[in-house]
Amino acid sequence: MLGKLTLSAIPYTNPIVMGAVAFMVLGAIAVLGLVTFLGKWKYLWTEWLTSVDHKRIGIMYLILGGVMLLRGFADAIMMRSQQALAYGHSMGYLPPEHFDQVFSAHGTIMIFFMAMPMVIGLMNCVLPLQIGARDVAFPFLNNLSLWLTVAGAILINVSLAIGNFSRTGWLAYPPLSELHFSPGVGVDYWIWALQVSGIGTTLSGVNFIATILKMRAPGMTLMRMPVFTWAALCTNILIVAVFPILTVTLALLTMDRYLGMHFFTNSLGGDPMMYLNLIWIWGHPEVYILILPLFGVYSEIVPTFSGKPLFGYTSMVYATMAIALLSMLVWLHHFFTMGNGGDVNAFFGITTMIIAVPTGVKIFNWLFTMYRGRIRFTTPMLWTIGFMITFTVGGMTGVLLSEPPADFVLHNSLFLVAHFHNVIIGGVVFGVFAGLSYWAPKIFGFALDERLGKWAFWCWFIGFYVAFMPLYILGLMGATRRLDHYDVAAWHPLFIVAAAGAVIIFCGILFQLAQVVVSIAHREQLRDSTGDPWHGRTLEWSLPSPAPAYNFARIPVVRDRDAFWDMKQRGVDLSASTFVPIHMPRNKGAGIIMAGFALVTAFSMVWHIWWLAVAGLAGVLVTLIRHNFDDDRDFHIGAEEVRRVEGLHGRVHARSM
Amino acid sequence: MNVANEAVAGHAPHARVVHIEHGAHAAAHGATHKQYIVGFLLAIALTVVPFALVMTHSVAGTPLFIAGFAVAQILVHVLYFLHVNGSEQQRWNLTALIYTAIVVGIVMGGSIWIMHHLYINMMPGMMHGSMD
Amino acid sequence: MSESIVMHDGALALKPGYVDHAADALRDLRWSRDAIDFQVEHHHDVAATAQLGFWLYLMSDCLLFSGLFATYSVLSGHTAGGPSGQSLFELPYVLVETMFLLVSSFTCGLATLAMGSGRRNATVGWLALTFLLGLGFVGMEVHEFAHLIAIGAGPSHSAFLSSFFTLVATHGLHVTCGLIWMAVMMATVLKKGLTPSTQSRLNCLSLFWHFLDIIWVGVFSLVYLFGVAH
Repeated sequence: MLGKLTLSAIPYTNPIVMGAVAFMVLGAIAVLGLVTFLGKWKYLWTEWLTSVDHKRIGIMYLILGGVMLLRGFADAIMMRSQQALAYGHSMGYLPPEHFDQVFSAHGTIMIFFMAMPMVIGLMNCVLPLQIGARDVAFPFLNNLSLWLTVAGAILINVSLAIGNFSRTGWLAYPPLSELHFSPGVGVDYWIWALQVSGIGTTLSGVNFIATILKMRAPGMTLMRMPVFTWAALCTNILIVAVFPILTVTLALLTMDRYLGMHFFTNSLGGDPMMYLNLIWIWGHPEVYILILPLFGVYSEIVPTFSGKPLFGYTSMVYATMAIALLSMLVWLHHFFTMGNGGDVNAFFGITTMIIAVPTGVKIFNWLFTMYRGRIRFTTPMLWTIGFMITFTVGGMTGVLLSEPPADFVLHNSLFLVAHFHNVIIGGVVFGVFAGLSYWAPKIFGFALDERLGKWAFWCWFIGFYVAFMPLYILGLMGATRRLDHYDVAAWHPLFIVAAAGAVIIFCGILFQLAQVVVSIAHREQLRDSTGDPWHGRTLEWSLPSPAPAYNFARIPVVRDRDAFWDMKQRGVDLSASTFVPIHMPRNKGAGIIMAGFALVTAFSMVWHIWWLAVAGLAGVLVTLIRHNFDDDRDFHIGAEEVRRVEGLHGRVHARSM
Repeated sequence: MNVANEAVAGHAPHARVVHIEHGAHAAAHGATHKQYIVGFLLAIALTVVPFALVMTHSVAGTPLFIAGFAVAQILVHVLYFLHVNGSEQQRWNLTALIYTAIVVGIVMGGSIWIMHHLYINMMPGMMHGSMD
Repeated sequence: MSESIVMHDGALALKPGYVDHAADALRDLRWSRDAIDFQVEHHHDVAATAQLGFWLYLMSDCLLFSGLFATYSVLSGHTAGGPSGQSLFELPYVLVETMFLLVSSFTCGLATLAMGSGRRNATVGWLALTFLLGLGFVGMEVHEFAHLIAIGAGPSHSAFLSSFFTLVATHGLHVTCGLIWMAVMMATVLKKGLTPSTQSRLNCLSLFWHFLDIIWVGVFSLVYLFGVAH
């Protein structure tokens, strides 16, 4: 009746897990209780959960990313503390089978449910505003993508309470992840969480490409687009190109585990090496999917806070396209040691080295933008400068690893772990924080507290180096990754230093949480009343903060790059006296309902509850077909309402002839 | 629609808002009966010939020829059934198609090349993949 | 292109639909070009955007199949001592199957033409024929699978068989989804007629259907013909 699911799936005997579960459950109850207490269920449903507005969807993605950052960071603290303790006679406090789940969950959560949602959230919040559009190309699809991602996140959190998670790392290599060596539900949780959210991500990719290609304001040619928009375009092209490969690879592993097939098994002709080949064809472009939008963020922040136009716009665009293209030609550097031979390794080693070049072009462009500018060291700018230093170090260690002979020594050592955290934290995480502090006024209507922002930055920046520089040294000393215990005396002090670094980063996170609370409390002092708090250059700053539901009352005609800066130079009047009705898409519940059924299906598949899986799938299909026959898709915001909203922000003037 | 002409001539036109309806778009541009019939007949020929070559164990029934016929038929479908061409409406479709073809080539070619080397080095004595 | 400009709010503005000709419009003006700052009404071309979006999805589906084709190419020789394609594939059967799908692609094209000239019943009629041919294709494929499983050549018997079944069945599953979609569209056309949104969706469906035939060209060439020729 319930497949493999029994009450014994709940890990009563594990106090650490039960503590975490209790924390999660209490948190959920608190949130649900608060909403009930405030009587906001109807509001939540009609204004947020069913919203097809890209600005609201973006905020929900950012909230998801923020919450999952805390979950993933908890895993990080556990690993650092375990490795600081577990030397020699001490076994630490995490048994190996638990430690294995912790590092698997940490990587999976940080990449799929923290970084991707943050990046997609920023693109959602900002992109349509930057190109002068009223929404993305497919607003309902946008909503569906969000909830499919949330469904995946929920599934992974459920694995903490019911059953356990995979022990096979964030990429679940066979044969370890095959049924023979991982008979439990962990790998299945991993598979289904990624499959469901992966579909959401692929649909987002289609959505954003169509938006950028088809919905730009008149006069905004491709070479007049902001660099963030270019970065988003290249990112989403990569998403559409490679996420199907992830879908296939996960499906093939699913076939092996569920239907006894032999794609990656050790017997009857299966080939585990093919899994690594396929998963990294996806996996390498994935990390560029993560970093490219943040390169775009930096390209917006540096000119704004240097008071100068971006140096080398054209080379920046070509560098972004080059990185996107080259990222499809380097994947083998993740398995140099698998036995490919010199010819193959040489080819991919060279392509990996080449991809550092366009990245270097970008760094120089940012530096030349800053040169002779009037630099304002606001929080976004601090994150950006911190990125430039940190990412350069990480990039250099990447070039070092791109040499197959060096990689033979350092593959899967802590040197590798330090490298990718160097570029992901220095590049992606710093970039997300930079983007959030930069665009907060536009998204929320008020800026974030500067002082707490700066303290958070310094804790993250210093904490990062204290946490990860020891890992480089440990890697060179021979320490491999994913160790729950070790016997080498010389490693111990370095692990302790790394743990201290994690604590410093934790302080940074505390400052950020405080920043959120304080900023909301002080939002009237921090309010952005002009819409242009930073003397911005791009179109999003031409709107009031936060942007009205319809974004632009009138679509601007673009004459040049840095479209808003150009409008300011020409003295364009942002206020109007006549308004027209605006066509808007209607909020729909079908997206969250389909995602809910998808979650039911995924959970049922994990636990082999076949009848429920079929029912869930039927639910998705029925909802989709009903949505097809739903004709009530749009409405108009009347001209008087537009006038009223614009008037609230001082954008109405008396008629003049 | 002479508003702008009036304006150019120096008269002050009334402030007017023009609303243009977008009617339903016709089916894919370039679609005619002839296109579909020609495409259909070409596709039939390009299907029957390779099947015949292989079924009769003809010398010409080699992988290269079969692949050639496949590529040709795919082009027929793309041109005659999907109407992808160099026109302005189809510009992004064509770009996307070419890009996809490149990535497909990288995925398939790269995988076959890499896995071939892995077999030689890591699985001596076992059967290789049938493709080269 | 001077019909592209209107007066609005004391300033000139571009009429909708002239996005791509903004430069021309500006050139045509003989007095203050700076007055054009905002577009009055903005209707982006919904149908064209939907087509592009669906096309992009199709490209992602191509890449999904490329992963399956790559896997099949790599694993097709791994028969683990069991049967290979040469011993299992029956080319005459596959040729008939192929014809079903190819003819259905043609009838789908005829449905599209009927839709373009507003002939509602002809559209539904050609779609129904397409549906039947597609159903025939799926039926033949299911029959082939059942036969292979019955003789002990099911997907769990070797890597070759796993990759064969998965590649071909994934295509078959896509066809099945297309059939479901086709049934829904026939019902929609009968109920609502050939409205703009229905036509847009039918265009997407026909793109999907043709694309599936393209994938099948790859399948019968790479799997069946290669398999027997070797």
